[in-house]
Amino acid sequence: MRNTQRSQKIAFFFLFLATLLIVVPVGLIVVIIIQKGLPAINWQFLSDIPRQGMRSGGIFPAIIGTFYLVFGAIVFALPIGLLAAIYLSEYAKDNMLNRIIKLAIVNLSGVPSVVYGLFGLALFVVFFKFGASILSGSLTLGIMILPIIITTSREALESVPQSFREVSLSLGASKWQTIRQIVLPNAIPGILTGTILGLGRAAGETAPILFTVAAFYLPRLPKSIFDQAMALPYHLYVISTQVPNVDEKVRYGTALVLLVLVLFMNLVAIIIRYNFRKKKKW
Amino acid sequence: MHNKIKMQAKDVDFFYGKNQALKNVNLDVYANRVTAMIGPSGCGKSTFIRLFNRMNELVPHTALCGKIFLDDLEINNPSVDPVDIRRRVGMVFQKPNPFPKSIFENISYGLKVNGIKDKAFIGQKVEDSLKRAVIWGEVKDRLHDSALKLSGGQQQRLCIARCLAVETEVILFDEPCASLDPISTAKIEELILELKKDYTIIIVTHNMQQAARVSDYTGFFLLGELVEFGKTQDMFTAPRNKKTEDYITGRFG
Ligand SMILES: Nc1ncnc2c1ncn2[C@@H]1O[C@H](COP(=O)(O)OP(=O)(O)O)[C@@H](O)[C@H]1O
Ligand SMILES: [Mg+2]
Repeated sequence: MRNTQRSQKIAFFFLFLATLLIVVPVGLIVVIIIQKGLPAINWQFLSDIPRQGMRSGGIFPAIIGTFYLVFGAIVFALPIGLLAAIYLSEYAKDNMLNRIIKLAIVNLSGVPSVVYGLFGLALFVVFFKFGASILSGSLTLGIMILPIIITTSREALESVPQSFREVSLSLGASKWQTIRQIVLPNAIPGILTGTILGLGRAAGETAPILFTVAAFYLPRLPKSIFDQAMALPYHLYVISTQVPNVDEKVRYGTALVLLVLVLFMNLVAIIIRYNFRKKKKW
Repeated sequence: MHNKIKMQAKDVDFFYGKNQALKNVNLDVYANRVTAMIGPSGCGKSTFIRLFNRMNELVPHTALCGKIFLDDLEINNPSVDPVDIRRRVGMVFQKPNPFPKSIFENISYGLKVNGIKDKAFIGQKVEDSLKRAVIWGEVKDRLHDSALKLSGGQQQRLCIARCLAVETEVILFDEPCASLDPISTAKIEELILELKKDYTIIIVTHNMQQAARVSDYTGFFLLGELVEFGKTQDMFTAPRNKKTEDYITGRFG
């Protein structure tokens, strides 16, 4: 009896230690970024173009560029991802081939982002001749987040109880009516969560935009989808490693803006999911 | 037996993969009568009634041999659209399963998917169906509240109303009272007796007294076979088969 209690205590201690080991460094990073970056944040920093070789001024073009890219990625990835998810969840037969496809899609979300970058370079920039442009960058980011969107949407669709589908069909609804009016509305929160997680990922990655869109320095806003653009993660990389003598404050300020953007999107995803869990009663 | 036959199963075998769930079942369902299916669980009652609205098609890797008729229509013929069958044969499930929508939307759903758009007509139909299912008084002041707020018994009557709104000819009940209290059960039994004026009813039940109270005909299933079928009265007073007798007198099951 005593022995089990002691080993339980020891196990708890190590589990707690492991948790601490994860939480403390992440917390430290956040604290340091906030501490060093906050002094840089003011209206000019958020709304002005970079000046003096990016050593002062603001990061507005990078913020806008990131928004364009993320928006473009979603416009491309959400419809395709959702349709694929509907097919996989509602129409594809449960056989070996489809199980392999599902597994492959899950694993695609683990492919390093630089691979997507090279893929985007080869396909969109070079082969389709879109050049380094918002279009190429959005499509590349879109392809990168497709697996996340497909997998989370498929799981959201599959978690809608089979009994809802049966009732709907038993009332004389067609399969498509059932999907559109019963399955999809009940899966929307899950689909949104996946979409926002995808957004966060698209906003934060550097490698996929490195070769496909990112401008080193472009002190104006992009004019069309065939224009290059600045983007926050790449801008951060540039001012941290490529430009000498950038004030630490500016670097951490940029990091803070990016961090807040990504954390904010994740927070929205969490809130949506939480509200959904609370409401769902089946 | 001079009644009109509404539905009919002829030489029906049914398989889940390699597992045979129904063995050579032949059964006639009479119009405007209540036909009960009894038998221990796992003997194929649900599987059997789900053939009448082609619900078993949703389960992958299944196979059906034999024929199912609705009037003169062979409904399991591949050329027949299951949607057309389900507009004539409705179903109430074991677990009350309202959609997570309002009470009103639950009832109007079946009308909308059947292409009805006239708002006044839908409103009237919702009211009629709820009245018919004897739940109107309890919900008329909160038609736009979530159906999930209702009690289990109310939810089940709502599900019956939802089925009635589609105006089918046959209604299949799969253990509709299995999760309900005795008072709700009594209400639903009363309702079923009332409904048989206009509908042909098939009900699966675990409860022998319930079969005796509501049904005109009873079929006794055992391990996928229809052991005995006949008038409920005859079956409960003078069963022809020893196994039926053992079951209804509670000696096994
Ligand atoms: N979806 C299914 N997949 C595979 N086997 C099933 C399925 N549904 C029922 N069965 C099997 O078919 C047999 C009859 O089940 P069922 O019709 O549900 O019986 P009952 O309604 O009389 O309890 C059981 O052996 C059960 O295991
Ligand atoms: Mg059953």
